[in-house]
Amino acid sequence: MGRFALQRFMYMVITLWVIITLTFFLMHTMPGSPLQHEDKLPPELKEEILKEYGLDKPLPVQYVTFLGKLAQADLGSSFKYDGRSVTDLIMQGFPASLQLGIQATIIGVIFGIILGCVSALRRGTWVDNVANVFSILGYSVPNFVLATLLSYYVGVKLQWLPPAKWDGPEYSILPTLSLAVLVMATIARYIRTEMLEVLGQDYMKTAKAKGLSARTAIIKHALRNALIPAVTVLGPLIIGLITGSLVVEQIFAIPGMGWMFVDSIQVNDYTVIMGITIFYSALIIVGMFLVDVLYGIIDPRIRIGGVQE
Amino acid sequence: MRRKLYLSLASLVVASLALSGCGGVKDDTAGKDKQVFNMIDTSEPPQLNSAKTTDASSNVILNNTMEGLYRLDKNNQPIPAISKDVKVSDDKKTYTFTLRDAKWSDGKPVTAKDFEFAWKTALDPKTKAEYSYVLYPIKGAKAYNSKKGKADAVGVKAVDDKTLEVKLQDPIPYFLDLTAFTVYKPIREDIYKKYGKAYATEPDKMVYNGPFVLSKWQHQKSYDYKKNESYWDKKSVKLKGIHADIVKDQGTANNLYNTGKTDFAQLGDEFVDKYKGKPDVMPFREASTFYLQFNTKDKFFKNVKIRKAISMAVDRNILTDKIQKNGSKPAGALVPPVIQVNGDKSFRSLTKEYVKYDKAGAKKLLKEGMKEEGIKKIPSIEMLGYDTSGAKKDQEYLKEQLNTVLGIDVDLRPMPFDQKLDLENAGKFQISYAGWGADYNDPMTFLDLWVTGNPMNRGDWSNEKFDKLIEKSKANPDFKKRTEDLKKAEAVMMEDAAIAPLMYRTRLYLKRTNVKGFATHPFGSDFTFKWITMEDK
Repeated sequence: MGRFALQRFMYMVITLWVIITLTFFLMHTMPGSPLQHEDKLPPELKEEILKEYGLDKPLPVQYVTFLGKLAQADLGSSFKYDGRSVTDLIMQGFPASLQLGIQATIIGVIFGIILGCVSALRRGTWVDNVANVFSILGYSVPNFVLATLLSYYVGVKLQWLPPAKWDGPEYSILPTLSLAVLVMATIARYIRTEMLEVLGQDYMKTAKAKGLSARTAIIKHALRNALIPAVTVLGPLIIGLITGSLVVEQIFAIPGMGWMFVDSIQVNDYTVIMGITIFYSALIIVGMFLVDVLYGIIDPRIRIGGVQE
Repeated sequence: MRRKLYLSLASLVVASLALSGCGGVKDDTAGKDKQVFNMIDTSEPPQLNSAKTTDASSNVILNNTMEGLYRLDKNNQPIPAISKDVKVSDDKKTYTFTLRDAKWSDGKPVTAKDFEFAWKTALDPKTKAEYSYVLYPIKGAKAYNSKKGKADAVGVKAVDDKTLEVKLQDPIPYFLDLTAFTVYKPIREDIYKKYGKAYATEPDKMVYNGPFVLSKWQHQKSYDYKKNESYWDKKSVKLKGIHADIVKDQGTANNLYNTGKTDFAQLGDEFVDKYKGKPDVMPFREASTFYLQFNTKDKFFKNVKIRKAISMAVDRNILTDKIQKNGSKPAGALVPPVIQVNGDKSFRSLTKEYVKYDKAGAKKLLKEGMKEEGIKKIPSIEMLGYDTSGAKKDQEYLKEQLNTVLGIDVDLRPMPFDQKLDLENAGKFQISYAGWGADYNDPMTFLDLWVTGNPMNRGDWSNEKFDKLIEKSKANPDFKKRTEDLKKAEAVMMEDAAIAPLMYRTRLYLKRTNVKGFATHPFGSDFTFKWITMEDK
């Protein structure tokens, strides 16, 4: 296990390095500079400012400087939010995105599993049909449409919940719902398909034959096996959620990371683009690693890396 | 000003909802305290260091928490602020300001040194200030900023605590206006040095000498102002505080206004129809003009008659009344009506609008122009444009109109701001939909762009007579004569169709009718909250 972990860790570092390098060079091909109002800046002044920032040097030199700082865990400070470190900016935006992502995941997974199971167990009945329509809708309606509808009807027309802002638990309900529906629909579809397959397996008959109650058989044997594909998609899904959803954050005016990332790209805030990319990639890579580990827990037949202690 | 419009699909959905069915405007902003103003800001203020800031949000905060030598009043005239009196020398090149007894929010007195320090800091190349060029009218400022001169040679000197002497490079009629500008606000050296890079990144890492202090700042979410009890003119300030929510989406801002959660928000283009005729709508006349920039090096557009034909083929009333619908005015010249000259009269009112819609005339001129250039077939042209939804609508209209009237096939190329700018700077365009916003209250802020050799003269238009008039006006101490010359210069430019002016832009806000004394400014900082009172509803 130790060797496996070390090997995986090395792969993770290399993957991250490739991502950083690609992002760095791609980012610099974007037109413009991090300066805020280039259309008005006298060119000689612009040159001086770029020189002060070290942006006049050749790209490879800038790249090496950047890597050197990164090795000392220094992500630099933002161009746009001058004086604020990139780490601070990420830590300002991440809590809201994280909270929202976790809430959406928990609600989505719980209801997704219930929906998937019910629809598999009641296959072909009206319950199944309703559940199917529900999950197809949830899967195909983009979250910004849902968010807009929720904000307008629940927030403005009915005034049951605040239409936007981020001032307490009640403010998180509508955005959580907007994000949870996709998770729920995705999980429900996977669970349903897998459950149907698992229910026909011999070991389910065995379980029944040895006298297990239907409930135990379903939870202990069927669901456990049906979860594997769901776990696979869950990893990237969760990371996608906790790193912030641009549109949902925008519609509900949530101070999260999604907007910050898009904004940094629009204004060529190089350090912030790199910082968030690194943060985001590291989360995904770690998330994928955890999913691999989870496989082993759910299904002991899957031996990670084939190495045994 | 670079103002990007972020319009997501989402706001379109909101728009259609809002248009389809909605009741009246609900109003229950009954806060705990009546004299609290709730507003929506469209972005997180990136930079509260007055030497470095350039964006609209930060400029508004600094205008309301800091006090410069002068401040713009409700009619955009500079009125004495920290300076109680000024003496101007006969050659109009030396200004001696006498400071009043004013205090910073920590109780220390505001001195002339705070101004000298702030201005020299902004000019220090190491500060990397993008608005440092606004200080260039001061003697030696440009040299120091571009590493060709010393800080000591800059023409600003604190003679004593209460006297600030400023020497200008050339006599200009708008220097007092400039002293209200953000980069001219004072900075306390001890506080600035104490916090270093972290200066002004948090409300407690700066000191204030304006009507309000920043009391709370939850980054990316909201910020709060509190009345500044150390402010020299605190008796004029009726508000106890201001709460600003940061909301980037205009649809969301609209929802919050409709549910009574805020008193003030920008009105997005898509919602204009819904609020038509409502007393809540507040127009904000920008000091900005939108126009078609011709590349006069282009084989087609080097001909003045062809340029004129294009300009005459556009019905500007359609742009403003049918497409924008936000109160923007058709432009027949370059300098927008809000720009004043010599501090009182609108420059526009002293002269005229030059361009008129004339289909037949346009066709005739195009024919003549093509003949002069020996062009047989009407060529198709490429038009650069912005990729924002508001600008795209204008560009679509222009394409359609030029085709209908002149038979010109226009290939629209909408693109991100930076990319468009790169192409324009490289001269790789034929015609470009562009805009320019004022940096200060004088026609010069528009006109000197088109001087031969100015890097911002992106169409490379060149006219000797125009150049001479501008050159002379830059250092003419006879301000009356100067105004006449500027009028002539604009006329030359219009006669030669350097650009095809399209509109003087206005944007709209929603503001509750019980908010009184709200002042807006077309240049520098958008709003002053100092004189606001919240009346009973």
